[in-house]
Order: sequence, then C-alpha cells, then structure tokens
Amino acid sequence: MNVAGLYNYWIVILLMMTGFYVVISSGNLVKKIIGLNLFQASVFILYISMGKVMNGAVPILREDVTTYSNPLPHVLILTAIVVGVATTALGLALVVRIREAYGSVEEDDIHRQDESL
Amino acid sequence: MISAQLPALQVVVPLLAAPLCLILHRPFAAWLLTFVVSGISLLVSIALLGQILEQGVIDYTFGGWAAPFGIAYHIDFANAYVLLIVTAISTVVSIFAKRSVASEIEAHSQGLFYTAWLLCLTGLLGITITGDAFNLFVFLEISSLSSYVLIAMGNDRKALTAAYQYLIMGTIGATFILIGIGLLYMLTGTLNMLDMAQRLIAVADSRTARTGFAFLTVGLGLKIALFPLHLWLPNAYAYAPSAVSAFLAATATKVAVYVLLRFMFSVFGIDFALGAMPLSTMLVVLGSVAVLSASTVAIFQHNLKRMLAYSSIAQIGYLVLGVSLATPAGLTATLLHLFNHALMKGALFLALGCIAWRLGSVRLGDLGGLGYRMPWTMGVFVIGGLSLIGLPLTAGFISKWYLVLAAVERGWWPVVLVIIAGSLLAMIYVWRVIETAYLGKTKEAVSGTEAPLSMLVPAWLLAIANLYFGMHTELSAGIASQAAMVLFGGQP
Repeated sequence: MNVAGLYNYWIVILLMMTGFYVVISSGNLVKKIIGLNLFQASVFILYISMGKVMNGAVPILREDVTTYSNPLPHVLILTAIVVGVATTALGLALVVRIREAYGSVEEDDIHRQDESL
Repeated sequence: MISAQLPALQVVVPLLAAPLCLILHRPFAAWLLTFVVSGISLLVSIALLGQILEQGVIDYTFGGWAAPFGIAYHIDFANAYVLLIVTAISTVVSIFAKRSVASEIEAHSQGLFYTAWLLCLTGLLGITITGDAFNLFVFLEISSLSSYVLIAMGNDRKALTAAYQYLIMGTIGATFILIGIGLLYMLTGTLNMLDMAQRLIAVADSRTARTGFAFLTVGLGLKIALFPLHLWLPNAYAYAPSAVSAFLAATATKVAVYVLLRFMFSVFGIDFALGAMPLSTMLVVLGSVAVLSASTVAIFQHNLKRMLAYSSIAQIGYLVLGVSLATPAGLTATLLHLFNHALMKGALFLALGCIAWRLGSVRLGDLGGLGYRMPWTMGVFVIGGLSLIGLPLTAGFISKWYLVLAAVERGWWPVVLVIIAGSLLAMIYVWRVIETAYLGKTKEAVSGTEAPLSMLVPAWLLAIANLYFGMHTELSAGIASQAAMVLFGGQP
C-alpha cells in the first residue's frame, strides 16, 4: 500500500478524529462548535481530493487538453460549506442565548443550574 | 399541464412561502399562509398518490436534464406514502398551532416561527421526494437547521440547551451521511440513486462500499434516534413548543426511517444490506433494547412530554424490529407503523398541547381530576394512549398485529415477547396518566375548562383517524404493503 501517496486521506482522518474528539471531550459550548467545524472541514477535504484526476487539467474546455479533473465534487462541497456556515452561525446564536439565560457557556455549570431548579 | 409539474410543486410551494412568511411577519397572516400552504401540499401529495395508482412510478427531471446528469425526482409508492403522512400531519397540526403558538411564543417572533415551520416542511418533503443522494443531504440539513430553530423557541430555557445538543448530534449525523454519500460517489461516480444502485452491484464487495454503508447507517441512526443514539430526542421533544413536538414527533424521525429504508433496499439492495452486512442482527438487538429500555424509562417520567418522547424512542424500536425481519411482511409492518405512529403520537402531543395551553404545565402532578374539567382533551389522550398500547379497534393494534405476525412467520419468538412486553410497559405509563386524570384529586378550582375549538378539532381529527384506521385497514395497510413490495422488488 502506498502510504505516502495517500497523504490527503491521512490528513482527512487526522482532522476528522481531532474534530470529533474536541466535540466529545470539550465542556465549553463554543469549543464544541469549533470541533464540529474541524470535523466538517475534514469531509470537505475528502470531497475536494476525490475530484482530482491523475494528470487532469483544470476543468475549463480547451482544445489541447483531453483529461480534465472532475469539477462536480467541488460544486457539491461548496453547498456543504454553505450548510456548515449556517450550522455554525445557528450554533453560535444558540450559545449566545444560552449565555444570556444561564450566564455561562460551560456544560457542567449549565447542568448544575438545571438540576438545582 | 399542472399535473405534470406536481413533483416540483410539492417542494417549491412551501420553499417559496417561507420567505413570504418572513415578509408578512404579522402572526395571523403568517399562520394563515402556513396553513394554506400545508393544505396545498397535502392536496399535491394526494394527487401524486393518485397519479402513481393510475400510471405507476413518476420520474421528474428538473429543467429537462435527463438523469443521471440532472437532478431527478423519483416517486413511487414508498415515498408518495411518506409524503402523504408529512403533509397531512403538517396541515392538521398547523390548525392547532394558531392558538397554541400564540400562547407560547411572543408575538414578534411568531412570523419567524412559521417561516422555520415552512422550511422544515420543505426539507422533509424534499428528503422524501428526491432521487438524488446529495440533494437528499441538502434537504436533510434544511429540515434539521429549521427544526433546531423551532425547538429553541420553547419558552423554557432548557429548550436552548436541548436545541444545542440536537444541533451537535444532528450535525454529526448529517456529516456522517455526507461521508457515506461521498464514499459511494467515489465508488460509482454518480449521485442519482437508481444509477448508483445499478453501478454498486459490480463493486459491492469492496471496503469502500462497506464503509460508506456503515457511515450512512450510523448517520441515519442518529437522525432516527435509534437506541443508543437517541440522547438528543427526550429533551428536544420535551421543551419544544407543543405544536413543534407534535409536528416533529409525527414526521421527522419517520422521514429518517424512510431514508434508511431507501438506502438499504433501493440503493444497496437487500442482499447487501441485510445479507452481506450484519445489519439484521444489529437492528434486532438495538430495536429490542430500545423497546424495553425506553418504555421502562418512560414509566418514571413526571413531565408528560418527556414521557411521550421516551415512548417515541420505543416506537422507533418497533419500526427497526420490522426492518430487521428482512421479509416483506416485516417491512409492511414497519411502514404501517410509520403511519399509525404518526397518528397516535400526533394525537397525544396535541392533547398535551391543549393541557399545556390551559394549565401551563404538563407535569403529571398537576393533572389531578383533569378528566372532568377537560373531558374532550382527555378523551383524545385516552384514545391515543389506547392506540399506543395497541388495544384492538385502534390503529396501534393493527401495526402491532402485523409486526407480531411477521415475527411469527420468521419464527422469532423472542421478538414477539419483546413486542408484547413493550405493550404492557406502555399500558403502565399510559395508565398512570389516566389514573391521575380521572381518579386523582382535583387541585384548587382553576377557572375555565376546555381548550378552544381550534385546538380540540385537530386533536380529535387525529383521534378519530386512530379509530378509523384501527377498523378500516384497506387504505393504510394496502398502501403500506404496496410500498413494501416496491422496496423489496429492488425496482424503486
């Protein structure tokens, strides 16, 4: 197996696991969202790298080129990036509201306040 | 002319109505638009079902770009049936929403509430109708993002943390689905589900296909709230506004179950999904644990919305058990329960909505003597509760009956026992409520009795539907078995 030649996938896996770990382990609501962003970014790279065709040129029609890279994954991931931005915005907006209601963005604090009710 | 464009209208009408709702902004106008648009969507889905009955599967290509290059909508019995469930529930619950939302949400954000409602409806309909895997992901995110907003509008501050938790878990689920679709695209080079199914046959025995399948299943498991990925659901349903609990409980998880079925049966094929992969064993174990554990937890809940939320997780267990049987009869039971569960949970959550409107609380302790003060509301709760238990002459009985028969057919007796035990547990938690409401002590005289008609009528509509479909099964079971045949035939 060509380990070094698949370096893009190693980066994807590393980023994905880092993001996932931050989402699970961090008790800070903002940091969780950052982790979620990392997690999503890894999938963006997965998609972008699958569009590359060996020796393929930029997918703009030209006469002297016969092999083009696949532009479709890039288009798809543009949509997914928009979705990611919307999710982040909504998540952060919720964090703002949570801070207004609880005065904290730490999960432990919030749980403690809810239980004392 | 217009009948040829119905598949597009099904999604486009609510999508265009959403920004219009934002512009209207006034609560009454926004509500009226939501109600009218839900009604139009219902008519469209009925017309679509009629077309399918007449001429079979509908293929709709956007802008005339032929599949697999253009985005195609592909409508057969299975998704026409789910479309009907979603639009019918949205219409009925939106009647209810007017008074309920007015009492639970501040006037200036009601316009926004209905905008999010319409977007959620758009997303759910889009997921169901589309024949394109990436399109499905986009609609999934539209419906998820708007449902986070809807849940966060609950008037308890816990609604915020519930929505946040759902956002985190929902996004992880959606991203898993995105990875799954990406891996399938790498393997097949297509996003059209039919095309993907054909190309997958040659390459099914590869690690990429198996990994893609695993990612999709886990991601959808999160969206379905399949045990043990259900942790977001109880709080989300308990603290959301009453109308939202009813709407989401009856539709959102159902649509996710449909997507799982679509990928398992139409894209991967049953031999791969339940043969080559050990999914059947996993589903039967997780489904059984979900039925037993969630029903048991439901018994100990004091907040009744939370109790119903746990009961929903148990019902999802039944749905999954039907799938795990891997027979047409099991799948029919699942699809039938999809419909019947939407009816019973809709009715129950609407009854709780009426109680919340009157008492401002849905805690069991506050319900003493309510059966005499709000007889009509409690009537709905009793019918819905009996249906949940699965007593004969209610819709719940029919789906449990089909499920038990399907399990017996496979000779899976332990599953039969699980189903019966689940019913007994349901009897306990439903009885607790009935006992308190009819035999419990009345609290100090509270002024006013019944909920307004605009809330009682939709609740009764669903309650009567529970009874009707408990006695007349030609329509529900007929379509469900047709849809199961379609999924099983491999020709979606």
